[in-house]
Order: sequence, then structure tokens, then C-alpha cells
Amino acid sequence: MTSPENNWALALLQRELRLAVRIGGGALVGVLFFLAVVTVIPFGVGPDLNLLARIGPAILWIGALLATLLGLDRLFQADRDDGTLDLMLMAGRPLELVVLIKCLAHWLATGLPLVLAAPILGIFLNLEPLAMGAVTATLLAGTPALTLIGAVGAALTVSLRRGGLLLAVLVVPLTIPVLIFGVSAANAALVVGTPFKVPFVVLCALSLISGVVGPVAAAMALRFSAD
Amino acid sequence: MFTGLSFALPAAHGLVVTGPNGIGKSSLLRTLAGLVPPSQGQLSLEGAEPEKTVAEHAHYFGHQSAVKPALTTLENLVFWQDFLSPALPAGFTPQAQSPSAILELLGLEHTSSLPAAYLSAGQTRRLALARLFVCPRPIWLMDEPTSALDTASEALLLQLMQAHLDNGGMIVTATHTPLTMSPCLTLQLADEEESPA
Repeated sequence: MTSPENNWALALLQRELRLAVRIGGGALVGVLFFLAVVTVIPFGVGPDLNLLARIGPAILWIGALLATLLGLDRLFQADRDDGTLDLMLMAGRPLELVVLIKCLAHWLATGLPLVLAAPILGIFLNLEPLAMGAVTATLLAGTPALTLIGAVGAALTVSLRRGGLLLAVLVVPLTIPVLIFGVSAANAALVVGTPFKVPFVVLCALSLISGVVGPVAAAMALRFSAD
Repeated sequence: MFTGLSFALPAAHGLVVTGPNGIGKSSLLRTLAGLVPPSQGQLSLEGAEPEKTVAEHAHYFGHQSAVKPALTTLENLVFWQDFLSPALPAGFTPQAQSPSAILELLGLEHTSSLPAAYLSAGQTRRLALARLFVCPRPIWLMDEPTSALDTASEALLLQLMQAHLDNGGMIVTATHTPLTMSPCLTLQLADEEESPA
């Protein structure tokens, strides 16, 4: 009846995904919020189709950033509130990997739907097919970085009531590089002569770096959060 | 919280920690569980598995159940079986339990495919207890283990705790209700100085 020793990672991923899609999980809230933000912008900006097309990639990126931040405060706090975090600290599994798997599950449940929704929302913003493709590709490469950077903030604010606000204040400045390179790569499809490859590669590098730094920093913060 | 506290617990023994509210019983258990770093002093386990901390040999059964209401009873339990790494140092010989067998023993088998949100407080507590059997670990740290349990479940719990001691396990429990385990030591926490009986 005992399962193989290395099944724990899969078990954790499966459980996190189940929790995200069941009642009380936040899987669809992020993408609905994204939809709300992006649909509101044209009403605020007015019916200038050229302007919308020009700022479209930036709107999609900021919408994705806000939607990612929305659910992140519960990433570790839900586990802390019911005592799961204590048991995870005692589980005898590397906490960095536990954090990385939780981030992966969070991204699959909230980040990936944003990426998939981006081309559809691009229609609302009068984006050309090429620009839609560029925004979707940059979101695919960049949203993991948003989740991983956010995980550090989530771990730091895990013991605070209403830590979500502080989380946003802590995390938003750290995500500025991701936003800059994401939007500039996406803009390459709009403005002739701007390079796509260089900012896109930097964006991929930012995701990879945060894939290493994020879990290590978040695990450290979680170890100190136990009181 | 406390100073000058020193005790040794032999294998296959239980330790009952008693004392008034706020004296530090729960803090002592959380320190043993490695969740609170001691500001001074050390903690060691003889005959421990190498490369594992004392906390990784222990189950912490505290006030919080770590049960996810959105998952079914069985999903909750199977996750902990897969996720927790078991510790089987020499001299500890538990009988391996499958999740469905332990749910049946604890009278939860009819709820195994129900979301845990439908469980009562006592049933949630029993589900949390089931975790201690699907992943064998020699040390049980139990904070008020009998709270929310009815008389019959309490008797069953005592039986299971006794069986754990007979298998060579150790139990440290903070409690107000008298628990009869044997062999068993008592640690009375008091304001000034403490001494194991």
C-alpha cells in the first residue's frame, strides 16, 4: 500500500490543483478579474482604436500583474491558518521544492488561464494578430516570474492579518523589470524596427532567475515565520 | 517562556506534561516539533535516522487539524501518506496501516468520499489523528489530544496511544484530562522550577 518515495511532489501538485479548482479555490477569480480590468479600460480611454492598439500590450500586462497579485496572499496563509504549514515544515521534504511546486500549481491554476485569455481580450483592444501573438508569448514567458516573485511576498506576509495589501506594496516594485521587458518585447510587434528577441530573452532569464531565488527566499521566510 | 527545563524520555515511554494555562505546555511541544527555535539549549534523539532532524521523526497533533474542507476525507489522508516522509529508526516496529483501514478503525469509513467540510469537529479531529497511522514516525507530540472527542473515541485514542508505546514509540502529550498510559512519566510545569517525576 505504500507509495514510492518520490511520489510526494506529484501528490502535492495534484492536491494544490484540486484545491484551486474546488469550492473556495481561486482558479477562475484571477481570470475574471483580468477580464474586468481589460474591459473597463476602453470605457475609460474612449473609442480611439489606434490609441487602444498602441497601449493594448501594456494594458494586458498590467491586468495580468494585478490578477496574479489578487490570489497570491492565500498561497501560504491558507496553509498556515489550518496548521498545514506546520506539518509541511516537519514533513522531511525540502521546503524550497515544496514552495516551487506550490508556485507551479498556482501558476497552472491562475497564470496559465490569463495567458490563454490574452488573445481573446486582445480583440477588445483592437490588437493585430501579430501583436496578440507577441503579448501571449511574453505573458507565457513572464507570468511565472510574477508568481515566483509574489511567493516571496506571500511568505513574508504569511503571519499578518490582511497581509494582502502589504504583499502588493512589497511585490509590485520587484515586478517592474518583468513588466518593462514584457511590454517592450510585445511592442516589437507594433513598432517597426524594435527588437523582439532581446527583451524576450531577458524576460525568460528573469523567470528562470526568480525560479531559483523565489523558492529559496520564500522557504527562508516561511521557516522564520513559525512562532 | 521557560528556563532550566531538562528531561530525558526513554524509548517506548509516554510523557504527560501538565501545568496551568499559559505555562508553556504548547510552546514546549512546538519547540520539540522544531516549529519554535529554542533560544538556548538543545534537543537530541538517540538512535535517530541519520540526516533527519528530531522534528522529522515526530508527528505533531495540535489544535489545528490541517484538514482541507474542499478535499474528501480519503484525499486528505492519502495526501499526507504520500507527502510525509516516514521515519523508522531501530527499535520502532509499527504495523503499517492503509488509509482505508485506519478510517474504518476510527469510524470514518462512511465519510471517505465526502468533502471534509461536512465532518463534525470530533470527526475532523479523528481524521487528523488518522494521519499519525498512515506515515509511521516514532514520536507523537500531542497537544490536548482528547479535545472534541466523545467518550468512546477517547477510549479508542488511549488504546491506540498504548499500542504506539508497545511498538516502541514515544508520546509527549500536554493535557488536562488524566490519560492512562504505561510506562508513563509526568512533567509538571510550574512557575519556578520543574522536575520530572
